[in-house]
Amino acid sequence: MEALIAIAIGLLTACGVFLMLRARTFPLILGLTLLSYAVNLFLFASGRLRMDAPPLIRAGASYTDPLPQALVLTAIVIGFGMTAYLVMLALRALSESGDDHVDAKEKQ
Amino acid sequence: MTQHAAILPLLIPFVAALLQLAAKGYGIGVQRAIGLVAAALGVAATLWLVLLADDGMVRVYALGDWVAPFGIVLAVDRLAAIMVLLTAALAASTLLYASAGFDERGRHFHPLFQLQVFGLQGAFLTGDLFNLFVFFEVMLLASYVLLAHGGGLARTRAGLAYVALNLAGSALFLIALGMLYGTLGTLNLADVAQRLQAPGIDVAPARLACMMLIAVFALKAALLPLSFWLPHAYAAAGAPVAALFVIMTKVGIVSILRVQAIAFAPAAATTDLLDGWLLPLALATVLFAAIGALAALRLRDLAAWLVLASAGTLLVVPVFPQADVSAAALYYLVQSTFVAAALFLIAELVAVRRGEVADAFQPGPRLHTPWLGSAFLLAAASAVGLPPFAGFLGKLMLLSALRDSGDALAIWSALLLAGLLLMLALAKGGGRLFWERSPNHPHGSSQPFGWRRNLAVALLVSPALLLALFAQPVADYATRAAAQLHAPQGYVAAVLGTQAIARETRP
Repeated sequence: MEALIAIAIGLLTACGVFLMLRARTFPLILGLTLLSYAVNLFLFASGRLRMDAPPLIRAGASYTDPLPQALVLTAIVIGFGMTAYLVMLALRALSESGDDHVDAKEKQ
Repeated sequence: MTQHAAILPLLIPFVAALLQLAAKGYGIGVQRAIGLVAAALGVAATLWLVLLADDGMVRVYALGDWVAPFGIVLAVDRLAAIMVLLTAALAASTLLYASAGFDERGRHFHPLFQLQVFGLQGAFLTGDLFNLFVFFEVMLLASYVLLAHGGGLARTRAGLAYVALNLAGSALFLIALGMLYGTLGTLNLADVAQRLQAPGIDVAPARLACMMLIAVFALKAALLPLSFWLPHAYAAAGAPVAALFVIMTKVGIVSILRVQAIAFAPAAATTDLLDGWLLPLALATVLFAAIGALAALRLRDLAAWLVLASAGTLLVVPVFPQADVSAAALYYLVQSTFVAAALFLIAELVAVRRGEVADAFQPGPRLHTPWLGSAFLLAAASAVGLPPFAGFLGKLMLLSALRDSGDALAIWSALLLAGLLLMLALAKGGGRLFWERSPNHPHGSSQPFGWRRNLAVALLVSPALLLALFAQPVADYATRAAAQLHAPQGYVAAVLGTQAIARETRP
């Protein structure tokens, strides 16, 4: 499972970085989204991967570290809000300049 | 009451933002009143905190009374107290300026301004690295919207690049935190400091995580390969917003200074983390900013380059974890923040007066405002470090503190050369703005600026003189703050207590 998670994180990061370097707003947003997925998976894995273990500490039962799960939840919420704002900003840039390049010039 | 002093700088702007949202229907006057009252209360509360912190105790405020390292704590030492007072004073002045009309150019200016202050204060006060991330995001989210405030394609474009870059930075921040948690099992700064010194940690991933953390802070502080966003974004923002943003590079610098002094420098695994690469990059940033300032075509661009120059100067400091260097840096940081903020506001006032040529360095109509010229002269002289102003004293303290280091020759030459170039840029630009007249241009607006704008500029320019007049008490406080910062065992003991924490070993 470790290898699978590692490959998934690596693939998501690579695709995200590639898309972010496209300098068009839509691929940029997709790239950032993929990157944030990769980061969330990474954070989740930082508490070690454990099967069939709830993030609850009970006497005698096996459990997994609950803290990274809380961190991931925070990171997801923040990342989602940021991406929503970026979409709005990209739409505004598109309507103001008629171009979806990140360095769009003034509409002629 | 005293025990809750640490949370006041956070509660005041947060409550004010909520009240302002609730009072949206009652017009902008009510929002302004709430904002200005909150700003004044913020200054009072942080001033109190500065006086309280001077007893040398690190005040730890456990949120929800969950003790560290399990809960999140705020920790107030002298450094944090100085920074929150600086932020509150800057916020009060810029808010005063913005209430003269800038706040009506878009929606929700006031709540966003308060949330930005909330994020800034939190970033200075928190003692937990994940909480630092959250406060960074609060501060950034508010800054994204404030940057676009007032509209226009230039701001949207600058905003797009700024938001995208900072989202990538946040991703890197999270990776660093995940790695740190994965190796050390904690995100509390004091606990990280202890764990880094513990035997048997996995050194390589810990070093990598710490390095990534520094890289994220360097992005916020605009260290050279990561600094191309700054002049663009700051010059595009509205004047009061740009003036408030001046403190944001300082958040990055203070974060580097704090993690370096408390966690990285005392641990054998990470003590050489900044050696060899930060100093050349910081000096390159200073020279890059000086050249950019020479090429600037408008006063607001020039002010943005000055922010970068002072950030580069301050980034030299974490390389030398000595108390006297940090003390000089703190003094320099305070005055450079006020001066750069003042220049952004002056740039807009000049632009209003000169009509269509705005603040571009071209001959324009005559400016009938001698005091604006004097304010510019004062701010410019302090920014480049001419005696007898505070900028000169700050630079002098910094240079003399670095005199005995092995790299003194490089640092002195780079900083002095950059100072000369900045002086040329400001002299050339200022001469064009205030002296060269061209009869062909129609007059700009000759409306009075109003007492709010005048007072705001006066408040931001006056530290150039006041900090020079009262240099002794300020520098003494900075010295005590630096001594406290470089004795991290006091901080660690205050946050964690003295008993050992039981730990489970992980696979």
